[in-house]
Amino acid sequence: MTTTVFKKTRGLTDVPFTYCPGCTHGIIHRLVAEVLEELELLDTAVGIASVGCSVMSYEFFNCDMIQAAHGRAPAVATGVKRTHPDKTVFTYQGDGDMASIGAAEIVHAAHRSENITVIFVNNAIYGMTGGQMAPTTLPGHVTTTSPFGRDTTLQGEPIRMSEMLSTIPGSYYIERVTVIDPVSVRKAKTAIKKAFQAQKDKKGFSMIEVLSTCNVGWGVTPLDALKQIKNDMIPYYPLGVYKDKGANQ
Amino acid sequence: MAKQLMKGNEAIAKAAIVAGCRAYFGYPITPQNELCEYMAKYMRSSGGVFVQAESEVAAINMVYGAAASGALSMTSSSSPGIALKQEGISYCAGAELPALIVSVSRGGPGLGGILPSQGDYNQATRGGGNGDYHVPVFAPASIQEAASLVRKGLIVAAKYRNPVMVLADGVIGQMMEPVELDPNPIDIEAFPWAADGNSGVRPRNIVNSLHLDVDDLENHNKHLQAKYRAIEENETMWEEYKMDDAEYMFVAYGTPSRITKSAVDELRSEGVKVGLLRPISLWPFPYEVIHRFSKKMKFIFVAELSSGQMLVDVKLAVGYDTPVHFYGRMGGNIFEPLELVAEFKKHQEVLGQ
Amino acid sequence: MKPIKLVCAGFGGQGVLSVGQMVALLAMKNNKEVSWMPSYGPEMRGGTANCHVVVDDQPIAAPIIASGITHLLAMNGPSLDKFLAKVAPGGTVIVNKAMIDHPLSRTDVKVIACDFPGLAEEAGAMKSQNMVAFGALIYAMDVFSKEDAKDVILEKFGGKKPELNEANLQAFEFGYSKH
Repeated sequence: MTTTVFKKTRGLTDVPFTYCPGCTHGIIHRLVAEVLEELELLDTAVGIASVGCSVMSYEFFNCDMIQAAHGRAPAVATGVKRTHPDKTVFTYQGDGDMASIGAAEIVHAAHRSENITVIFVNNAIYGMTGGQMAPTTLPGHVTTTSPFGRDTTLQGEPIRMSEMLSTIPGSYYIERVTVIDPVSVRKAKTAIKKAFQAQKDKKGFSMIEVLSTCNVGWGVTPLDALKQIKNDMIPYYPLGVYKDKGANQ
Repeated sequence: MAKQLMKGNEAIAKAAIVAGCRAYFGYPITPQNELCEYMAKYMRSSGGVFVQAESEVAAINMVYGAAASGALSMTSSSSPGIALKQEGISYCAGAELPALIVSVSRGGPGLGGILPSQGDYNQATRGGGNGDYHVPVFAPASIQEAASLVRKGLIVAAKYRNPVMVLADGVIGQMMEPVELDPNPIDIEAFPWAADGNSGVRPRNIVNSLHLDVDDLENHNKHLQAKYRAIEENETMWEEYKMDDAEYMFVAYGTPSRITKSAVDELRSEGVKVGLLRPISLWPFPYEVIHRFSKKMKFIFVAELSSGQMLVDVKLAVGYDTPVHFYGRMGGNIFEPLELVAEFKKHQEVLGQ
Repeated sequence: MKPIKLVCAGFGGQGVLSVGQMVALLAMKNNKEVSWMPSYGPEMRGGTANCHVVVDDQPIAAPIIASGITHLLAMNGPSLDKFLAKVAPGGTVIVNKAMIDHPLSRTDVKVIACDFPGLAEEAGAMKSQNMVAFGALIYAMDVFSKEDAKDVILEKFGGKKPELNEANLQAFEFGYSKH
């Protein structure tokens, strides 16, 4: 007798990912897709793809998808959710898209407590355009637009989005996770599930920040990139739940 | 519906709701605030959605989202706000989404002023968004026409899957006139392409403006251009006033066209055979009819509340055979009929006619 | 009818925009062409307000009256100063006697001087000053019937402030007859 021990989730299409080898976008895609399938939300979901490495995510998520302008995904999601309150609406955004050009849109979507789920992939760099400095780039890190390392006296300290958005009264659930080993991947999935469950329960704005690698942009091997998250990123961007309005209910 | 005395901004809002618009996203800016306020008051009770967005940029992107998921939606703003919406308008055109954008324009550049102006003709008809796209632009000259063109705009937007703009000057936004609204919602079939979260019962839908493959993008553009040619063919609108025996032609649109009509009447009373050609659609522009009339004219007189923006389109239509004269005011100043008459006569003398 | 080019001007709160709207409603009821155009923006915030109303048998060409005012309602001094020069010779100027006590600088216009606050108080409501003005205006225009005008008052304010109906109608009567 044969038993199925693993199969690809129906939440993903068969289109091959366009991500670089070693990049953790693929893992995050799979987690989101699995959660949509497991919560039986896939067939009524509308995903919003942003601009950046995940610009093509409309090819990968196996549900209705809308491609948005750079940074505007939360506004687009607002338009969808307000006119279709019973559908599951999520955005999938990178750190350049959300923390820089889309800062206003994400802040106000949280502020209005739009009942949407935001998957925020933070790899501390602009990957798609070739490794430029992002607002999330760590101090001292060399990128193509901070060739001498990020100088915080000129370029500011990295923005901590989860911390910032958790101060907004409208946000319901915010957690920072990563996907650098099996344990953290399982935790990330639990967090993503919690966020979509919150939307299902009409609780309001939820966001999961996922610390992700960009080994190509960082100029390191995939393995070193995983280590870099552990050694450099997590100390500045501590993992954990930053907002859980339902915790004591 | 019975005749009502309504402000242009409110008539535009009400006409949109009555026609079936069910989602409005806006941001305050003078002189279109009453439109936004009317929507805030009445959209929800009409079963629709109202959101005051954090910016004009966000508002047009909310329209993009609502439209992408199949809702007949709109936004409104004024000149600097319309500038901010250009990104989203380009995306709507690229992704082929129906949407209505109402622009109640004011003076510029920059913050400019808040009084009536037509300095946004180029902004509306040429747009500031990227790429090879067009937005049909309808310019009302009365409150009644503003209401009708809002309805028409929604129909055209839905029919061609394209954003449509109603361009009103500040007078149209602020003025009250009697208006009778068509009480019937417009007849629109459901949008089978909408990404409305129904991939469980049909193949999944994708709304997108990205085409990385060169041939794919060229073909997409060819498809868009074919659509624009159809819009030019079917949706060009203009009014002819006393043009039958005219030897001189005024060209004016919006509020100035009304003042120009008075100038025409005044000149006619003095025996001058003059008429008015009023473009109602600014894109598509009535090039052909203006070209046809121009051959019979001694000269053509373009009057705008700008330094001469529509003028360029009139010259394109006319070519080199007939002189084109321009008179414009700016800053919120509006010419009077007798001002136009005087300018007309002065130009007659200059040309020795 | 001869076209009416009316400017109503005064301090914000004196109800000049409403007076103009009532004239516009009245014109609409009488199947006339009509436009009502308010001042807007910073001008309003400065504390003064005005509106331009054009009534005609022909479609209205210019809704903003740059010259040739046939009827001017001036509820305060600055409004009179601003618009008097633009009144057509033979035009009518209705002034608020309580705020404008000096003689007009022009002799080629008809003047109707009314004590708006005094008559409003006598009618029973200080808030009805603009109804006095409306009455004086309807008298001066001599185009619309008193009955139609009263219907418009009730239509516009009867639902919102029915307790003021009586005072409003009385104020209108005073404006129509006492000057």
